[in-house]
Amino acid sequence: MTAEFEIAFDGTPVPAASGQTIGAALHAAGIVSWRTTRYAGRPRGLFCGIGACFDCLVTVNGRPSLRACLTEARAGDDVTSGPDVIRAEGSPDG
Amino acid sequence: MDEQAPDYDLAVIGGGPAGLAGAAAAAREGLSVVLLDAGPRLGGQFYRHRPGEEPARLKALRRGLASGVEVLLEHRVWSVERRPPGFAVHCLAGTRDERPVAVGARALLIATGAHDLALPFPGWDLPGVMTAGGAQALLKGGVLAGRRIVVAGTGPFLLPVAASLARAGARVAGVFEAGPLRAPALALLRRPGRLAEAAEYGRSLLEHRIPYRGRRAVIAARGGDRLTHVTVARVDAAWRPAGGFVEIECDALAVGYGFVPQLELAVQLGCRLGPGPAVAVDAGRRTSVPGVYAAGETTGVGGADLAEVEGRVAGRAAAADLGRGPRPDPGLSRLADRLTAFARSLRDAYPVRDGWRAWLAGDTLVCRCEEVPYSRVREALALGATDARSVKLLARPGMGWCQGRMCGYAVACLSGEDPALVTPSRPVAQPIRLGALASGDAERP
Ligand SMILES: Cc1cc2nc3c(=O)[nH]c(=O)nc-3n(C[C@H](O)[C@H](O)[C@H](O)COP(=O)(O)OP(=O)(O)OC[C@H]3O[C@@H](n4cnc5c(N)ncnc54)[C@H](O)[C@@H]3O)c2cc1C
Ligand code: FES
Repeated sequence: MTAEFEIAFDGTPVPAASGQTIGAALHAAGIVSWRTTRYAGRPRGLFCGIGACFDCLVTVNGRPSLRACLTEARAGDDVTSGPDVIRAEGSPDG
Repeated sequence: MDEQAPDYDLAVIGGGPAGLAGAAAAAREGLSVVLLDAGPRLGGQFYRHRPGEEPARLKALRRGLASGVEVLLEHRVWSVERRPPGFAVHCLAGTRDERPVAVGARALLIATGAHDLALPFPGWDLPGVMTAGGAQALLKGGVLAGRRIVVAGTGPFLLPVAASLARAGARVAGVFEAGPLRAPALALLRRPGRLAEAAEYGRSLLEHRIPYRGRRAVIAARGGDRLTHVTVARVDAAWRPAGGFVEIECDALAVGYGFVPQLELAVQLGCRLGPGPAVAVDAGRRTSVPGVYAAGETTGVGGADLAEVEGRVAGRAAAADLGRGPRPDPGLSRLADRLTAFARSLRDAYPVRDGWRAWLAGDTLVCRCEEVPYSRVREALALGATDARSVKLLARPGMGWCQGRMCGYAVACLSGEDPALVTPSRPVAQPIRLGALASGDAERP
């Protein structure tokens, strides 16, 4: 896929194309995990690919807990991994 | 609290083959229709595509959406409720900055599809392990799950996944079917049209020298921070490991044991389920709740062709029930019956067998979200838990973000329940932030 723009993952530029999800862009760049689990600190990335498993949660432009497999990349997106972005169902985030 | 949108005759939830066909059929009979989908483009799983690469069949289906259909994309439905004389559909609009939107309609068509059925095994939480559908979805977005990929699980879906991965340039190190290999041929013989399709996948596998082995399962995934190997074993008829262990190097595993219909909206409305994990419907795709219809994978897994036909039947039935009286179409009913029989024979040919439990070690995660290992599920059972509900209360599997979508099947089996009879209870179909629930604003603060 021809890169159309860049997003940043923890400060590193990652190529992305319009219509491509953040998860797909990271995976294509060889980044297969972008968060660690709450208890065991295990790495997680894409699993179900369609928004059902919530393994792929990511913070984009400061907005936490977005599903990377559903969220389409936009030019200049600042994507950050978090040690723990899993929070209780429905927790307020402002 | 919600923005009150204008009312429609029919709200169709899900823009895959079933929802598209249903919306088009209802609009053709004169109903005003709103078609809602969580995604940024129509098509559902089968017609998932990149912008500008719309499949021809999807284009045709979309053309069928006459002017009578309003399409609302990026609308995630999190709850539906009865609001006489019809229903209220509560959505979150937008992907990043969610806005609550409510839509009212006299009737509802639920066409929300399915997700992969995942079974736990040691290492299934390692990055690089994906569901078969997930790997396929990633590929439809133009990205290979890995360079050297193992495909495993059960069912006919493994073949198109392996073939398309290979065609896109991945090295597919093998396709491992846990059931016997002769099943697909038998099932396909009942529908000769499908033989050509099966033969084509077969040719693809041959051409790319991909081994296709029956009675083999990936019983473990290995690696430190990402997948490097899988362990494949010969399995007996019950799927218990029976020797022949081999380690295969790979950077991705696409694994799927079939599909699980997304039932939460139907359950919220009190629609009767069954047989199996599916919304019960009559020949017109009417659920047990008057005014609510269901089509596609929500009523039983049967593939895109059947989903489309079911959608058409549902759209026509909704029109008839709202007094539009479309002419009966016996040809359509016969086609639906034929495809349903075929889907059932395929489903019956690929049952999930119990022996996968023997793949688990004490520290194998059963619940990925709450990181509940098998040992804790066993403790809960030893403490006297006798069903999935009490196991959940004691050990917390299925209490995390995914609300048991990934582990529900396994937890039911391990608790001694028939997974087909455990009703998924999810008060919200999609996670929702308290802010969005509480705010009276259309905009997020
Ligand atoms: C990940 C995956 C990949 C698949 N790939 C293939 C394939 O390549 N080939 C094949 O033959 N079969 C594939 N299938 C099987 C597939 O389910 C059917 O072939 C077909 O797509 C079913 O059509 P449907 O209309 O019933 O559901 P779907 O096509 O799944 O459509 C359901 C639609 O509903 C939407 N939706 C769901 N819940 C909500 C909600 N709460 N609010 C708003 N919208 C919602 C979804 O966004 C989706 O667009 C796949 C299945 C999965 C799960
Ligand atoms: S990969 Fe499962 S929700 Fe994103």
